[in-house]
Amino acid sequence: MKRIFLTAAAIFALIQAHAQQTPDSTGFKSRKLKIEEINLVSSYYSQDGNNAAVTGGIGSEKLTDIVNVIDVKLTRYDKKQRKHIFNIEAGIDHYTSASSDMVDLKANSSASHADNRFYPSLTWNIENETKGTSFGLGVSYSTEFDYQSIGANINFSKKTKNKSGEFTARLQAYLDQVSLIAPEELRTGGNNGVDESGKAGRNTFAGSVSYSQIINERLQVILLADIVSQQGYLSLPFHRVYFNDGSVHQERLPDNRLKFPLGFRANYFWGDRFIIKTYYRFYIDDWGLTAHTANIEVPVKITPFLSVSPFYRFYDQSAIKYFGPWQKHTTADQYYTSNYDLSKFSSNYLGAGIRFAPPKGVFNIRHFSMAELRYGHYVKNIGMHSDIISLNLKFK
Amino acid sequence: MKIITRISLAALIVSVTTISCSTVKEYQKNKLNDAEMTLGNRTVEKTELNFQSYREGASGANAGKVGGGCGCN
Repeated sequence: MKRIFLTAAAIFALIQAHAQQTPDSTGFKSRKLKIEEINLVSSYYSQDGNNAAVTGGIGSEKLTDIVNVIDVKLTRYDKKQRKHIFNIEAGIDHYTSASSDMVDLKANSSASHADNRFYPSLTWNIENETKGTSFGLGVSYSTEFDYQSIGANINFSKKTKNKSGEFTARLQAYLDQVSLIAPEELRTGGNNGVDESGKAGRNTFAGSVSYSQIINERLQVILLADIVSQQGYLSLPFHRVYFNDGSVHQERLPDNRLKFPLGFRANYFWGDRFIIKTYYRFYIDDWGLTAHTANIEVPVKITPFLSVSPFYRFYDQSAIKYFGPWQKHTTADQYYTSNYDLSKFSSNYLGAGIRFAPPKGVFNIRHFSMAELRYGHYVKNIGMHSDIISLNLKFK
Repeated sequence: MKIITRISLAALIVSVTTISCSTVKEYQKNKLNDAEMTLGNRTVEKTELNFQSYREGASGANAGKVGGGCGCN
């Protein structure tokens, strides 16, 4: 009897063990909404130069900007095992500007000499991992003293059959309002120059397509192309332009602009420690501006969890048709600006970053998955220079 | 500048069309899946893209600003 019982028990245990070894092929994914990732990004930006647009192309461009952004990524799966991704982002910039301070031509008196910009956004994407497709919608808002914007976007992407390529298309629209704050000496009405109806609209519509492709085990590339149309008030009302007769005017630019940027990225994993990341962009628009951007970054893996990434970026642009320096424009010009950001110049931007992502968490804090610090120095060949330092903390 | 523009565009087109692809299986993607191999900007670069759109005339084709939503170029 005992033998029969023991034999039966052994057979039963064998069956149970086999059942446990059978892999679960249902690929169960939780349908609860969960926090996938939280990113905190903080930056400090400082610049200086001698070609401020607010003072007609001469004067200090001194400016500082402190930025803080939080973005939260949440995910859940639905009944059909499609992945829903929600991104909630909110950013706040605090900037001080010596040139904005000169809108009123007296120090510390202009309304926008110091300002805050607040910009929240929300996006939703639905991914079908089986079919390799993704669809998404997004809305955004931005507000500062003299500029408000509402934005919306829609995107779609599809992977190739072998999942090594992906095509993405995106449409964006921004409906902006610019407060028409004129330089002090050009104001005609009361209320410090801001009329009751002193706003103008600026609309931007952009279509973007991209195609990424895995070339081999170490190399992948992407081609990006945009077409951007802007309509409405495209000047900035507090930018001065001095004509050759000594008179001062508000900047005046056309009420439409068409832009075509075309970009290409290639990332290559060289050996076991080096990644070579390259980027090139060609840009042309109907204001006469053409530009070239070339960027290279080489992350070096000191250990599998610590990397250092030096980078260098070169930029070169021609001037727009309507640019002229101080006292070069004449009354015969239909459109005119002395904004040196739209002049002919080239720039160099170089720096480095350090990234730390240990498997047990930064400082052994389990959910603190990554810390990254990055510094860059930017110099234009027309005298403007700036520095930026940024920190990204990631929690998972 | 026109010559540089033409050469750059030609190089871009030639490089894209002449690269031949090989099929990469999932278990071979360990290097491609490295966090620093992503074909996009790092999260920490957000603010850099912002200041570039304000201080330069060109924008777009980099998943950053395209010109709207700010008093930028």
